[in-house]
Amino acid sequence: MTTTGIRRANSEPGWLRYLLLTLALGFLFFFLALPLLAVFVEALAAGWPAYRDALSDPEARSAIGLTLLVALCVLPGNILFGIAAAWAIAKFDFRGKSLLITLIDLPFAVSPVVVGLVFLLIFGAQGIFGPWLAAHEIKIVFALPAIIIVTMFITFPFVARELIPLMQAQGKDEEEAAISLGASGWQMFRRVTLPNIKWGLLYGVILANARAMGEFGAVSVVSGHIRGETNTLPLHVEILYNEYNAVGAFAAASVLALLALVTLAAKSIVEWRIRRETQMLATSLTPERP
Amino acid sequence: MWIRFANRFRRLSAALTCAFLALTASAQSNLLNVSYDVARDFYKDYNPLFQKHWKAQTGETIELRQSHAGSSKQVRAVADGLEADVVTMNQASDVDFLAEKGLVARDYAKRFPTNASPYTSTMVFIVRQGNPKALKDWPDVVKPGVQVILPHPKNTGNGRYTYLAAWGYALKQPGGSERTAQDFVSRLLKNAPLFAAGGRDATTTFMQRKIGDVLISFESEAELIAREFGKGEFEVVYPSWSILTEFPVAIVDKVVDKKGTRKQAQAYLDFLWSPAGQENAAQNYLRPRDTALLKKYAQQFPPIRTFTVDDTFGGWARAFPTHFKDGGTFDQIYQLK
Amino acid sequence: MPSTRSHPARVLPGFSLSLGCALVYLSLLVLLPLSGLGFKASHLSFYEFWEMATGERALASYRITFGASLLAALINAVFGLIVAWVLVRYSFPGKRLIDALVDLPFALPTAVAGITLATLYSSNGWIGRYAESFGVKVAFTPLGIVVALTFIGLPFVVRTLQPVIEDIEPEVEEAAASLGASRLQTFVRVVFPGLFPALLTGFTLAFSRSIGEYGSVIFIAGNMPLISEITPLLIISKLEQYDVVGATALAVVMLLISFALLLAVNTLQWWAANRHHGNTRPSTGGKP
Repeated sequence: MTTTGIRRANSEPGWLRYLLLTLALGFLFFFLALPLLAVFVEALAAGWPAYRDALSDPEARSAIGLTLLVALCVLPGNILFGIAAAWAIAKFDFRGKSLLITLIDLPFAVSPVVVGLVFLLIFGAQGIFGPWLAAHEIKIVFALPAIIIVTMFITFPFVARELIPLMQAQGKDEEEAAISLGASGWQMFRRVTLPNIKWGLLYGVILANARAMGEFGAVSVVSGHIRGETNTLPLHVEILYNEYNAVGAFAAASVLALLALVTLAAKSIVEWRIRRETQMLATSLTPERP
Repeated sequence: MWIRFANRFRRLSAALTCAFLALTASAQSNLLNVSYDVARDFYKDYNPLFQKHWKAQTGETIELRQSHAGSSKQVRAVADGLEADVVTMNQASDVDFLAEKGLVARDYAKRFPTNASPYTSTMVFIVRQGNPKALKDWPDVVKPGVQVILPHPKNTGNGRYTYLAAWGYALKQPGGSERTAQDFVSRLLKNAPLFAAGGRDATTTFMQRKIGDVLISFESEAELIAREFGKGEFEVVYPSWSILTEFPVAIVDKVVDKKGTRKQAQAYLDFLWSPAGQENAAQNYLRPRDTALLKKYAQQFPPIRTFTVDDTFGGWARAFPTHFKDGGTFDQIYQLK
Repeated sequence: MPSTRSHPARVLPGFSLSLGCALVYLSLLVLLPLSGLGFKASHLSFYEFWEMATGERALASYRITFGASLLAALINAVFGLIVAWVLVRYSFPGKRLIDALVDLPFALPTAVAGITLATLYSSNGWIGRYAESFGVKVAFTPLGIVVALTFIGLPFVVRTLQPVIEDIEPEVEEAAASLGASRLQTFVRVVFPGLFPALLTGFTLAFSRSIGEYGSVIFIAGNMPLISEITPLLIISKLEQYDVVGATALAVVMLLISFALLLAVNTLQWWAANRHHGNTRPSTGGKP
């Protein structure tokens, strides 16, 4: 596909490429690489054994497990919602569309602390449903359900917000063609829509996942901070730090950073495999141009 | 789509049931101690002591669960349904709030000895090695050109105690009045280049980022600072007067009555005043109430003249609204500017 | 296209299903809880509410919060576009790793981000040291808030732009180039309009995320009343006084302002997307 001629037409002059590259890398260096490096420097400040000890602590383990469980519970719902919302918004015209998009954005703008507070106002002992829940022995706040619910709220817009601009840019011609050729709705979705949006979807899932694992403010309000039970990894980090255990805190923080890198690595592998498949398909169909 | 949704729902509910079971199965003999941030080291040592004591006395194995976070955040959680059997806080106003909500007895301070506070601490100055600015007492700290690091006086327990310590000092001076005290405190706040997010953040700002000439903090935290940053990095200065900080404990009646754990909760808190409990406090750099023990550890607890929130400010119930509520003296200082 | 709106002959299936699902989920998870907020705030009389929402400290905090968020979102829009472009179009060693780094701000607990940034940008930190020698103080000033918010919002612009840039068909640029357009003209006239909706989305998201951010900002802001006090800090301050009603009142004000701003941006974007869609429609149709 990419021959030198096309490449020249499609790319910037050399000096501009270097300028852009420098700007991008410089920006990322100051805002991302240095903070990440600082986290690892702090985590390893007392040497590797201290780092390992900090992570093999049972409370740290339970926090890691809880964090993964929460992310796992949160993602499926948000993926379904994201696809449904993006489909309705990007492919159809209806009144109040901007309003709907704005409502989807809203969870971003609500301060995480307020998110936690909101759910306490509803499910807490002094909240609207509090007495009823207490009478029926149902535990929501200061237990797993509330942690999952607030994380859902926090990560709720990601998939939808990632898909909407992408689907809008793609238009609906391909789907319409599929339908007019007699495909069922499900066939159209699986064969046409899904392949088109898979990158956006993946980015959305990765973002939601990272945010779900890293969320601190809202979870902190509804978790109850019970050690070994309702402490997620970010809460664990904060508590260790406040207890003057910087190595433990930054070690736990580095795990969160690593978890994000692992999801990205998974994404890269999927991407690479798909690219290889399509390339093989392309080369078998069209002979390489000189 | 619906099948996937149903599957997801089934998985979610399975996970939730597991969590439920985990929480209810162990409901027999366990206590949840909801506590403030830096109390972890104390209770990490104290809990095994009590478990051993309780086992020897009753033969019952008791499970002790801990929750730590900012003090007033913790009591809000208890009011909102966090099922704490006991609360162990660093400020009476926090327990007062629970008393107001009917979760804790109104006379909780009288249910245990020594104002229901098993140990105390005080606010001290932490200065750079060699004390280069020769800061000896409160007036040195409010001099122009001295930078003071303290946590947010309105939003954090540490900050409030620092604020009241300076206020109380000014009151105790000859000719001291509410007016001179407010003036004194506003000079102190003028010397603060920033308000740290919490006690720990103030320490990091002072020790690691090397900002400021003096950090005002709990005496007990000096030891934690030494552990993290090394002893040779700073000196502790005791001012002529400081505030006695109390750490009230209470049984959450509503919860223990429901769970049937009153006996255990009572014993758990009583044990704080036992020789073993008091010694544990001293080892964690908290001043024990036991005077003999205080003498034994005299080296680490030099004598200091202190006043309390009760005797100088009429208790937290009065001090809090006067100084830290919206429109209180802290806000007034910032409106005068 | 206005014509599609006046003839709602829908070829594609699943409109009611998808919209229905989305609305149910949205109502249960977002609208219902947020209405609890309004309910709580309604315990205040309008006068009390107004008094609380327009006090000197509150007004100063809105200025700081919204100003710093806007600035941070603008920085992210410019650099995010460059980063996304570079990550999609260029190849260089370590690209995968750098791509992976972009999500870091989400994965790190905000408190860790705040502490780390404050350490890096304070006067003896790795970066602050050099900034100081140019006479710029970052940590514990309003500028520190902008730095923290830039960090927090960074992934939004990059990640919304990446799939869209990946989706640009080279043929469009080729056509423009073969018709004699310079690279700049191609970018401004052909590529940029296609990216604009996504860029605006990223900007909006980064902006709205910044408005509510608390955890990282308090560590680097300095928190001085009237100078570097953000609105979420005032909310916390109310909660520390056990004043839940006051806290919800401030939260409602923030929510209303954010909602109005987001609605304005989204309407603008929807309008821009529609216009753009009308212009470039033939090119998407011409795909083999």
